[in-house]
Amino acid sequence: MNGELNLFVALPEIIMAVWAMALLMLGVFQGDKSYNQISNLTIVGFIVCAIVMLVNVGGERQVAFGGMFISDAFAVFMKTLVYAGGAVVLLISTTYLKDHKIARFEFPILVMLASLGMLLMISANSLMSLYVGLELQSLSLYVLAAMNRDRTRSTEAGLKYFLLGALSSGMLLYGISLIYGFTGTVDFDVLAQVLKTEGASNIGAVIGIVFMLAGLAFKVSAVPFHMWTPDVYEGSPTPVTAFFAAAPKVAALALFIRVMVGAFPGLMHEWQQIVIFISIASMLVGAFIALVQTNIKRLLAYSSIGHIGYALVGLAAGTQAGVESVLIYIAIYLTMTLGTFASVLTMRRSEGMVENISDLAGLSRNNLPMAVALAIFMFSLAGIPLLAGFWGKWYVFLAAVEAGLWPVALIGLLASVVSAFYYLRVVKIMFFDEPAASFDGNHGRSVSFVIGVSALINSPVSYILLVAPLITAAGWASKALLF
Amino acid sequence: MLSLSLTELAFYLFAFVTVAAGALVISAKNPVHSVLWLILAFFSSAGLFVLMGAEFLAMLLVIVYVGAVAVLFLFVVMMLDINFVELRQGFLQYLPIGALIGAILAIELVVLGSAWHFGPDVASNIAAQAPAATEVENTKALGQIIYTDYIFIFQTAGLILLVAMIGAIVLTHRTRPGVKRQNIAEQVARRPEDAFELVDVEVGKGVPMPTKKG
Repeated sequence: MNGELNLFVALPEIIMAVWAMALLMLGVFQGDKSYNQISNLTIVGFIVCAIVMLVNVGGERQVAFGGMFISDAFAVFMKTLVYAGGAVVLLISTTYLKDHKIARFEFPILVMLASLGMLLMISANSLMSLYVGLELQSLSLYVLAAMNRDRTRSTEAGLKYFLLGALSSGMLLYGISLIYGFTGTVDFDVLAQVLKTEGASNIGAVIGIVFMLAGLAFKVSAVPFHMWTPDVYEGSPTPVTAFFAAAPKVAALALFIRVMVGAFPGLMHEWQQIVIFISIASMLVGAFIALVQTNIKRLLAYSSIGHIGYALVGLAAGTQAGVESVLIYIAIYLTMTLGTFASVLTMRRSEGMVENISDLAGLSRNNLPMAVALAIFMFSLAGIPLLAGFWGKWYVFLAAVEAGLWPVALIGLLASVVSAFYYLRVVKIMFFDEPAASFDGNHGRSVSFVIGVSALINSPVSYILLVAPLITAAGWASKALLF
Repeated sequence: MLSLSLTELAFYLFAFVTVAAGALVISAKNPVHSVLWLILAFFSSAGLFVLMGAEFLAMLLVIVYVGAVAVLFLFVVMMLDINFVELRQGFLQYLPIGALIGAILAIELVVLGSAWHFGPDVASNIAAQAPAATEVENTKALGQIIYTDYIFIFQTAGLILLVAMIGAIVLTHRTRPGVKRQNIAEQVARRPEDAFELVDVEVGKGVPMPTKKG
C-alpha cells in the first residue's frame, strides 16, 4: 500500500459529503417547510458533482487514499448513472411525499448520502472500502424504506430490509475475513496478483468468494437472495421504491463486476459457475412468479429481479464484451425503470394512490399519452425489437453466445418470452378493458417531464438517442477493467 | 519442575478468567449477572492487552467498554422488561435442527481446515502493516493507522454514524403538543420590567395581587 492520499481523485465524493452536511444544517434551521429548497439544492449538488467528476477527474485510472479508492472510466460510467438516478428520483418524489405528509427535509439528504455510499462502492479498490461504502448506502436505504413511519407496511418494509440486509452484510464480512485470512491482503490489485499465481488451490479464498457472492447477490436482489424484494418494494413509499429499483441496483452491479473482474480474475472459473446459476434462477423466478401478481409495484419488483438475471448473463460470459453488455443493459434498465415508476406515481385518485394493475383499465380512453408512454415502457421491459430494452438483451445474449454460453442465452430467451406475457397483459388492460375511474392528474409537471423523456429515449428511435452513444461509452468504460 | 515466569503466570490467569467469564456471560440465568460477568471479561482482556504491550488499548477497553458500553447494557437490560424465560421457550423444539446445522457447519470447517493452506505471499502481505510495539508508541501507531493510512475508512465510518443519527431522528422524533421547551432567546431578551414590579405597600393594607405580564 503506497502512502499517497491523492485527495483530488475523490473530489466529487468530498464535495458531495460536505454538500449533504451543509444542507443538513440548512434543513435543521429551517424545518420541513424548506423541503423544496433542499430538494432542489440536492439536485444541483448531483449536477455539480457529476460535472466535477467528468471535467476534473476524467476517465484515467487513478488511485487515492493509499490504493483504497480508484477512479477509472468504468467508475465514471457507473457514477454518471447513479447521479442521474438520484436526481431523477428527487424530481419525481415531491408531490407524492407532500400528499403523504412525509416531505421531510431529511429525505433528499438521505438520498444524497445513499448516493454517496454508492459512489464509494463503485470506486472501492479494497475489501474494506467496499464494505464501508456498502454500509453507508444500505443504512440510508433502510431509513428511506421506513420513511412513512405511520404506515405499518412502510415500517415493516424498513424492518425486513434492515434485518435481512444486516444478515447479508454479515455473510459478506465473513467472506471478506476468509479472503483476507487466506491471501493476507484486502487490496484488489494485490488480490488479483496473488490469486493469479495460486488459482483455485487456495480453497479458503474460494469459500470466501462464495460468501461474498451471497452477500452481493442479496444487494442486487438476485435469486436465491431475492425474498425481500417484493415486500420492500410494495411497502416502501413509491418514490423510494423507484430509487431502490434504480440507483442501488446500478451501484451493486458495479461492485459485483469490480470485485469479480478486478479482484478475482484468477478464480474466474469458480465464480463463473455461481454467476451462471444465479442469473438463470433470477431470470426464471422473475418471469414465472410475476405472472400471478396483481399489484404493480410487486410486478415491477419481480421484473427487476428478472432484469438483474439478464444483466448477470453478460458478467457470466466473463469477457470484455460481456462486461460491456452489462453496462449497456443496466443503463437502459435505468431509463425503463425510472419511466415506469414515474408512471406508477401518476396512478392517483381523489381517495389516494392506487397500486393495482386493474386500476389501469382503459387508461387509453382517459389519458392516451400516458397510456402510450406506459405501453412503450412495457414493450421495452419485455424486449420487443427496436425499443431500448431489446438492444440491452441483444448485446447481453450476443456476448453470452460468443463466450460459448449458448444454453444460458437460450434460457434467457425463453424467460423473456414468458415475461412478455405479463408486460403485454398490462398493455392489454390499458387499451382494451372497460375504463376504470380516471386518475386525477395532479402528479406534478416534473413527473410528466420524466415520463416524456424516458418514453422518448425508449421508443423505436432509441437506437439513435440512447443505444448508439451508450455502446461507445460502455466500450470505453469496460476497457478500464483489467482483462 | 514446571517453571513459569511471572508474565506467563499472569497470562494464564487473565486468559483463564476471560474464557470462564465469557462462558458465564452466556450461561447466567439473570441478564444483570451476565452483564457483570461481561465486565469481568473486559477487565481480564485489558490485562492481556497490557501483557502484549498495548497499554492504550487496555485503557480504552476499560474506559469505553466497561465505563460506557457495559453500563449502557445494564441500563437497557434493566429498563426493557424482557421476559427471558419466554424467549427460551422454543429452545428444545429448535434444538435438533439447530444442532444438525451446527454439526454440518463444524464438519465443513474441519474439511476446510484440513486443506488449510496459506499462499506464499501471505506472510509478506501481512508483515508490512504495523510497526513493532517497541519502535513506536501505542498512541502514535494507532494514530498513524487510523488517521493517516486508513483516513478514508475512518471518515466514511463517521458518515455512517451520521446517517444512523439522522435515521434515528427521522424515524422516532415527533413534535408533541403541550411540551414546554426552554427558549433561551426569550429568556435572554427578558427585561427586569417584565419580570417584576415595585409596589409601594401602605402600612396595614397588605400587597395587592400583581398584574400578570409575559
